Amino acid sequence: MSTSARATIPIRAEGGVPKVPTFDVFTTKKDEIVGWARKFSLFPYPFVTACCGMEFMSVSSTLYDTDRFGAALPRFTPRQSDLLMVVGTINHKQAPVLQRIWEQMCEPKWVIAFGVCATSGGFYDNYAVVQGIDKIVPVDVYIPGCPPRPETVIDGIMQLQDKIAKQHHVILKGDF
Amino acid sequence: MDMKIPNPVRAAFAPTAEQDGRVIVNIGPSHPATHGTVQIITELDGERVLRADVHCGYLHRGFEKECEAHTWHNLIPYVDRLNYCSALINDFAYCGAVEQMMGIEITPRARMLRTLLGEYSRIADHITCIAAGLMELGAMTAFLYLMTLRDYIYEHLADVTGARVTYSYGRIGGVARDLPEGWLKRLEEVLAEYEKFIGRIHGLMDRNRIFVDRMRRVGVLTQAQALSYGVTGPMLRSTGLARDIRKDTPYLAYADLDFEVPTGILGDNYDRYVVRMREMDESVYMIRQCVDLLPAGPVMVDDPRVALPDKQLVYSEIESLINHFKLVIDGPRVPAGETYYSQEGANGELGFYIVSTGEGQPWRVHCRAPSFVHMGVTHVMLEGGQLADVVPTFGSVNMIGGECDR
Amino acid sequence: MAAPRITSLLGVQATLSQGMPVLQLAPAQVLHAARELRDVHGYDMLLDVTAVDWMGQAPRFEVVWHFYSSRDCTRVRVKTRVDAADPTVDSLTPLYGSAAFMERECHEMLGIAFRGNGDLRPILMYEGFVGHPLRKDYDRHHEQPLVRYRDAKAQG
Repeated sequence: MSTSARATIPIRAEGGVPKVPTFDVFTTKKDEIVGWARKFSLFPYPFVTACCGMEFMSVSSTLYDTDRFGAALPRFTPRQSDLLMVVGTINHKQAPVLQRIWEQMCEPKWVIAFGVCATSGGFYDNYAVVQGIDKIVPVDVYIPGCPPRPETVIDGIMQLQDKIAKQHHVILKGDF
Repeated sequence: MDMKIPNPVRAAFAPTAEQDGRVIVNIGPSHPATHGTVQIITELDGERVLRADVHCGYLHRGFEKECEAHTWHNLIPYVDRLNYCSALINDFAYCGAVEQMMGIEITPRARMLRTLLGEYSRIADHITCIAAGLMELGAMTAFLYLMTLRDYIYEHLADVTGARVTYSYGRIGGVARDLPEGWLKRLEEVLAEYEKFIGRIHGLMDRNRIFVDRMRRVGVLTQAQALSYGVTGPMLRSTGLARDIRKDTPYLAYADLDFEVPTGILGDNYDRYVVRMREMDESVYMIRQCVDLLPAGPVMVDDPRVALPDKQLVYSEIESLINHFKLVIDGPRVPAGETYYSQEGANGELGFYIVSTGEGQPWRVHCRAPSFVHMGVTHVMLEGGQLADVVPTFGSVNMIGGECDR
Repeated sequence: MAAPRITSLLGVQATLSQGMPVLQLAPAQVLHAARELRDVHGYDMLLDVTAVDWMGQAPRFEVVWHFYSSRDCTRVRVKTRVDAADPTVDSLTPLYGSAAFMERECHEMLGIAFRGNGDLRPILMYEGFVGHPLRKDYDRHHEQPLVRYRDAKAQG
């Protein structure tokens, strides 16, 4: 069968998913609903190394409480989590571990760089420290601070939630 | 993405043959229960730990190398992040070491403030240790109570220092600024909250059958082992030996304070829990005495070698301008020589061995970290125990990554 | 507290550094001195082992030990100098358990070899790291990544 006899409706491919313009309204609604569900049910993997861990414990506790954002229940295995929170300094010894953990997580997954050490190496500009985890894993939200106040962390989580809400959520890949 | 990810460590023992029935389990370095990031490679026979190989260094941040590249004053934030749970004690220990080299005597008010805030920081550290340990055993309520209390302490310290966790409040020659108004009143409120929350923890934990069963006679460290392995602080005191630098060779204002040094009996996890709880009570008692004894006066010594001049003078007098400039750019000049100065940190003897060549930057700074030395004895406490005991034992050692790995 | 203080050991006079007795010994004397400090003078705890890189001077490295007596609550410092060509001293692992980890750190950071310590694996650094970071000729910014970095264009 010749290809010219097929497809009289123009098809755009976006992110590998063929989209038909008149059906956009359904995919947009699907993205909104899935985004809403995903942003309020984040399962963080707290990859805690250093001082920022103190603020992570504070923000997860009663006075600041990330539970009201749906982002408190940590899953300490990468197989069951979708948000990798890199809390604290990552040095070159830790880098393979971080990379392995990130690769063990399933899609969809997001990464928060919590604190300046995770963002850019902090003020440790030396042989031992990775100058920002975005050299190893892609980062969605950077939370600066040394360590950041709990309010800053909550602001970062809310920004991530906005990002998730506006994202295109691939349910079925184009080659399914 | 099938690039081989390299292994950063080499284990001390290799996997044994299957028919032995022994299994090698790797715990960490990213693990919810290893507070701080440490890897323990254990060889198990069923549930029993035969050998344990402890690997730290996953938070090595090159502190000692950074020390050689900054001025004495600019190192204070780095020093903060050693034992980040009780950052003020690190500040004051480091500043004390430099002051000893320079022959500076800090003001009476600064001395009393350092004592008070050091004890306050020690409470925060012990709270963190106990809270994390209890959370690992499943006691979430106790953890949340202690976190709430610790948050009150953090906010209160933020009132005087400007930061919640890593303060950079110590200065060579004193402290950064004086207490704001109403701080001492709020201190009394926080101490009342302390008594309320700690009372609840005592009620929940002390005679809790599950807690006692999991902690009593677990992770035992004998006194001889402790001395041989260089153990100091609450871990040493839990074995029954009442060694505390604050009592033995008092520094700051500890000679003027009345306090006890609590000790344990068996050197197990339960004793370490009790010693830390009692030490917190003693710290509260010391804080109240400090408040009563707090003298008036400046908080910074009036020594142009270390103290930044008053801003008005910097803008109007050339000598003050030059002094300010030199102190900031070159750093305070510490006379050539060396010293080892130690204080009682929350984990034990926190020592600074500093070597100066007379410049404004150090030649060598070495931090004698109690957590690092205690990592050397952890395998002794783990071997022979159960796999499930690894978590509470490790928690009771209170390894702080920043201090251990520097 | 007036505590008994070391004034000399093995024929070497002690100097005072900020009130702490310091013994400057030859490398071969260190193990014998440590044994005597522990068994005769009651210094039952080895607090710290570290070294200083005096680049430009010969001998280049100064290895420093700190001992503590839990009976008298006093400390003593023992120092020795070793050459860059053969920076070897005796290990104190036969005497103190705390020597194990501290000597490993001193070895990897400054390259001091401890004769008699069978386990000198890196402890703070990682397998595959070349060099001794705390030596003065190691550039502070020279990183040796274990993991290949992501492509800069692909970041974000």
